[in-house]
Amino acid sequence: MPSDLLLVLPLLIPLYGALLCLAFWQREQWMAVMAGLAQVAWLLCAFMLMRRVLALEVIATQVGNWPAPYGITLAADVFSAMMLTSAAIIGLAVYLFSLQGLDVTRRRFGYYPLMLLLQMGVAGVCLTGDLFNLYVWFEVLLICCFALLSLGGGKGQLEGAIKYVTINFLASGLLLSGVGITYSLFGSLNLAELALLVRQPEHPNLPLLSMASVFFLVGFGIKAAIFPLFFWLPASYHTPPVAISSFIAGLITKTGMYTLIRLFTLLFVSDQGFMLPLLAILSGFTMLIGVIGAAAQTDFKKILSFHIISQIGYMLMGLAIYTPLAIAGSIFFIIHNIFVKTNLFLISGVVAQRYRTFSLKKLGGVYLLQPVLSVLFLLTALSLAGTPPLSGFWGKLMLARAGLEAGNYTLVAVSLCVSLITLFSMTKIWNEVFWKPRPVAVKKDIAMAPINPLRLWQLYLPIVLLLAFILFTGLYARPLVRLSERAANGLLHIGTYTDTVLSNNRAK
Amino acid sequence: METLLPLMVGTLFAAGLYFILHRHLFKVILGLILFGLATNLFLFVIGGLTRGGSAIINEEQTVAVEPYADPVPQALLLTAIVIGFGIQAFSIVLIRRVYMTFKSNNLDELQKENEAQ
Repeated sequence: MPSDLLLVLPLLIPLYGALLCLAFWQREQWMAVMAGLAQVAWLLCAFMLMRRVLALEVIATQVGNWPAPYGITLAADVFSAMMLTSAAIIGLAVYLFSLQGLDVTRRRFGYYPLMLLLQMGVAGVCLTGDLFNLYVWFEVLLICCFALLSLGGGKGQLEGAIKYVTINFLASGLLLSGVGITYSLFGSLNLAELALLVRQPEHPNLPLLSMASVFFLVGFGIKAAIFPLFFWLPASYHTPPVAISSFIAGLITKTGMYTLIRLFTLLFVSDQGFMLPLLAILSGFTMLIGVIGAAAQTDFKKILSFHIISQIGYMLMGLAIYTPLAIAGSIFFIIHNIFVKTNLFLISGVVAQRYRTFSLKKLGGVYLLQPVLSVLFLLTALSLAGTPPLSGFWGKLMLARAGLEAGNYTLVAVSLCVSLITLFSMTKIWNEVFWKPRPVAVKKDIAMAPINPLRLWQLYLPIVLLLAFILFTGLYARPLVRLSERAANGLLHIGTYTDTVLSNNRAK
Repeated sequence: METLLPLMVGTLFAAGLYFILHRHLFKVILGLILFGLATNLFLFVIGGLTRGGSAIINEEQTVAVEPYADPVPQALLLTAIVIGFGIQAFSIVLIRRVYMTFKSNNLDELQKENEAQ
């Protein structure tokens, strides 16, 4: 398959999948079949893209065949292929979960097409090679998030959706302003050409670049939920059903983080004396505040939501240290976190299906009735907390080592303390939900949902699948570490990227 | 124009932010619209203002004659307007739905009601 097609297919497959779903509006079984086919095709396509990128390092194409700095570029390097592949894997897992884990009404009213369009947005963000296009794809992704968050129209959902829509609209406005400023400073929107322009030390507008970079930092900072811009996340992520929140929680903040890493390695490199210490402070506070917030919560999903913030801090830490090892650690951490976070949300969904509540006070005794689920949770939670030899440990090891090598001792100390508190948080869930006996008062009030073995098996399947990935990346971390190092190398040595994008000029 | 338009952009940003922070839902809609307008106008102004300089290249020349209006910010602007329009339409529907569900126009009351449950 030609590379051009491979780059366009991750956008086209979800789009056509969604259109096919719409053709079967309100017939949810047909919609589910179409969406399933699209998910599998998307995953295959992501794997093929990964293979191609591993062989060629960077591939690029110009949509509409306009030569590079003028046309719209699609480009993929190892980092974007990694994001796309993990998005496809959790997309399939969440799809499998939704077959039994989501009510029929929501499925009938457009859950599947919205999910597919959301995935198209994610693919667009990962593959675009153009600054304005990045903004457009983020809007595609966000409008699907808006619709998914409010889908079904529960009271809590509507309240959460208002906050989410307002703050993200604000963030998009800032982003657009940043895009405008960057264009007016350098006269280009193509990422590769901009990367070359900002590396000319004699360019007259270079000192003004930090101003543009702050717009992007705030805009994507809101989307990635970094300190002090995270307040919308715990207010909205726990409100929709698990089949929606698991995908959004697992992937969308990480997409914001992906863009931050991409832009701050490719474009905003001129004023690192100011930017890197700032990022380090932000990352320390993000980790700390997130995990302290989680300690105060007594709701399964809210604890997990706060932990997203804390984990974002780790990803930012790698960017703040800015050595090849640190960036590789960040990338490893992003991929690890996408799987782990989605899996934890899915497990909370299985628990809530049976017990009809997410409140830690009302839950209990799951270990007696569902020991398998408890083990699945325990492994995933320990992986999140970073217990060796599970996958979180390797990410944190890479980051801590890079931090020590760079002399960033405070940040490393903070990150290790936060790890401990994360472990405390996870044991809190374990104690309250799985270990302690179910409260007597609750036993009378809320009847447990009956067990249907086939249904339960279908709910377990995606969790087991994701856990297999988590265990694989933990117990045999070498391939993913190597891959992350390669991706980081590609980000820090931009020569291949710019050459491939800009040499693609000839008309074919 | 060069002094008037930036002032207008600033005023629009300020007014938009003020209304977004308001607890009354209708004013939040107003805020979103004003903020969207502010960003669009900002994008237009920052592209550089020219009068009567079209970006059309004459037959005998190979590059456009300065000063000409840069068409790229205007193309971006068009896209941004359309996207902003879509999001504003969605948020108006969302807020209407909120009003119909909660029978209230006040953001603080929504939170109270949710916490009471």
